[in-house]
Amino acid sequence: MTKTFHKSALSIAVAFSATAIFSSAQAMEPLNVVSWGGAYTMSQEEAYSKPWTEKTGQRIINIDRSATGLAGLRAQVEAGNVTWDLVDMLPADAKIACAEGLIEVLNHDELLSPAPDGTPASEDFIPGALDECFVATIVYSNIVGFNTEMFPEDNQPSTIADVFDLENFPGMRSLQRRPINNLEWALIADGVAHDDVYDLLATEEGVERALAKLDTIKDHVIWWSEGAQPPQLLADKEVAFASAYNGRIFDAQVNENQPFGIIWDAQVFELDGWVVPKGKLDVAKDFLRFSTDTERNAAQASYISYGPARMSAAEIVGNHIPTGIDMTPHMPTYEPNFATALPKDDDFWADYQDELNERFDAWLAR
Amino acid sequence: MSDSMHGSHANPSNAGDNGVKAPLVAADGRPLKVSLRRALFKNKLRAILLVAPLMLFLLVAFILPIFSMLTRSVESNEVRTILPTTALAIQAWEGDGLPDEQVFAALAYDLQEGQRNRNLGRVASRLNYEFSGMRSTITGTARRISNIDSPDSWKETLMEAHRNWGNPDVWTVIKRESRGYTLSYYLAALDMRFDTDGSIVRQPESRRVYVDLMIKTLWMSILITFLCFLLGYPVAFLLASLPMRTSSLLMMLVLLPFWTSLLVRTTTWIAILQSQGILNNMLVALGIIDDQARLRMIYNEIGTIVAMTHILLPFMILPLYSVMKSISPSYMRAARSMGATGFTAFRRVYFPQTVPGIGAGAILVFILAIGYYITPALVGGESGRFITNFIAYHMQVSLNWGLAAAIASILLGLVITLYLIYNKLVGSDSLKLG
Repeated sequence: MTKTFHKSALSIAVAFSATAIFSSAQAMEPLNVVSWGGAYTMSQEEAYSKPWTEKTGQRIINIDRSATGLAGLRAQVEAGNVTWDLVDMLPADAKIACAEGLIEVLNHDELLSPAPDGTPASEDFIPGALDECFVATIVYSNIVGFNTEMFPEDNQPSTIADVFDLENFPGMRSLQRRPINNLEWALIADGVAHDDVYDLLATEEGVERALAKLDTIKDHVIWWSEGAQPPQLLADKEVAFASAYNGRIFDAQVNENQPFGIIWDAQVFELDGWVVPKGKLDVAKDFLRFSTDTERNAAQASYISYGPARMSAAEIVGNHIPTGIDMTPHMPTYEPNFATALPKDDDFWADYQDELNERFDAWLAR
Repeated sequence: MSDSMHGSHANPSNAGDNGVKAPLVAADGRPLKVSLRRALFKNKLRAILLVAPLMLFLLVAFILPIFSMLTRSVESNEVRTILPTTALAIQAWEGDGLPDEQVFAALAYDLQEGQRNRNLGRVASRLNYEFSGMRSTITGTARRISNIDSPDSWKETLMEAHRNWGNPDVWTVIKRESRGYTLSYYLAALDMRFDTDGSIVRQPESRRVYVDLMIKTLWMSILITFLCFLLGYPVAFLLASLPMRTSSLLMMLVLLPFWTSLLVRTTTWIAILQSQGILNNMLVALGIIDDQARLRMIYNEIGTIVAMTHILLPFMILPLYSVMKSISPSYMRAARSMGATGFTAFRRVYFPQTVPGIGAGAILVFILAIGYYITPALVGGESGRFITNFIAYHMQVSLNWGLAAAIASILLGLVITLYLIYNKLVGSDSLKLG
């Protein structure tokens, strides 16, 4: 069967162009792509993998290990046996992996295709999307979702301060079990201006103030650790609010018709994208180029509500393919949603996460 | 009795040689002793060869990893290997004020070298555990000075690149961690740290995490073991005393969940115990509790204890059952016939005979419980969290493998100590799995 598979792969490749024949040589080996699983991997499958396999015959194997991607990369490189070809990763982890020499340095303009109008890649991606070893594919957002049925119709929550307001918005909350996002939200809910959040968090008083704010709701919080938990907790009405990745809440809203709402106020947005493990550039570069071109980048946004990282792609985002609804108002980057957004400061967290994780754990145990 | 037989056997040979000691010989003329030893050696060799694959497997899959884990918990060669010239130069610094120009120059050289080889990340992460902000200090400085050749003063250049280089505490940390080994992982695991003057002090209260959690893990594992005993004993008794046909049906009820996936069993408890779950709905429907006052039975200690007791119950029931099965019913009948009441007969005759089964079951359940981390992570919420969750966290997320190894080693030491105490009190020869 594999023989005929390769044969047909070859004939398809021949039917294309000379460059396609070159890639068919690699079609012999499937590509191991590491990602986050769930609705997110599904969107990559639809937007990148299926068209890629159709075009070249190379199979894509999905591995759902991005949550522990850095640990996996380090273990594989240390053991001298790298089996992953392309890894979906957060920029903060990519920075660490890059400094440790676990992933390849990328020459963006050479590796990535330009926009349809000829703009080179380095100018087509949104600011910060291209790092030394990293190519962002999407902009996603950490938001607080809520179950609309748990509040009266005339009193639905809309700001991050509402999450900390037990009096007007009673019920349990679910927050991710880590300091990132929670400390930022606590300070913003406590009246700190967006621009001062990270400067304040670098000080002892800032951390104390954030934890003191979190103390006010601590007894009403269920802490989650897997991305699939918050939509489940909301659907079970186990909690009224849950922090989540915006795509997960969107998925539950449109695909499962859950009565969920999203508080876009003070959304903490960050990027997510590809890195190439050490020594895998030759194997992965064709798929890397394909999956980051304008058309593919825009296509992914038709399956999940994460904003494309290319400006040329953002212009051509269409409707949600499974249900046909307009994606625009569900995007983190949609103007009204984006008005009070806070960019996650990766440099701050790279320095302070060891210490703040410890403080956060100690605070939780108190 | 065997002595006298031995003696009577040896005597004739002595007598036959008229007091002169001549060795017994086997049929082939070799001395019997040699021949016997050879035969025994062959048997031994065969036995060793038979277990050799297992021993090899244990060595590779069990003993070596544990050894490597133990070394990781004290190993700290990042500074030595990635900043080698600095590690050498800083030895001359006594710790007063800032080091001199020579050390700064050495650091600058190492950073430029590291930036070229792209291996600064490891040492940046390592030092960031000891001093928050070191990650960006190192990577940022390395980026900034990568094109500077030989300035007037490296000291000023570096302090300009990042203010942390003007902080003597940073240099203290670098000197301390340049020895190749470190105690800081163990100290961190015991909620302690090095003070800036090198003495060992407790962490400030806002950063103490592990000791309390370790005690809680122990205490909850003991509680779970006890609950398993309480619930498992009657079940095992029933299994052992019912007629075969009913007992094998009952046995299926014990074994079926045992064979079911751990995740399935854990998530089932979520469906049962959550506030909109089956149990709460039933209690509300029966009017026992108010709809507004649903019980919180999951995402806290109760969730962990209930789910883990259920999951580990078969490990208590099965050894108990096999021990009880081997107790002859005639002992109880004899006790009753001599006038003991049912309870006395149970207490003085039956129960003592089941103690080896309890011991085996308790050890199994306890050791499994203390190492569990998936179930507590899913149903334990915050208060039902185990120390093992932190080991997993440091292995997979924070990548602080040294700290994970230190916590794991302490846990291992604790379990071994407890086992030795148990062995002293109960005796391991009284363990019985069947």
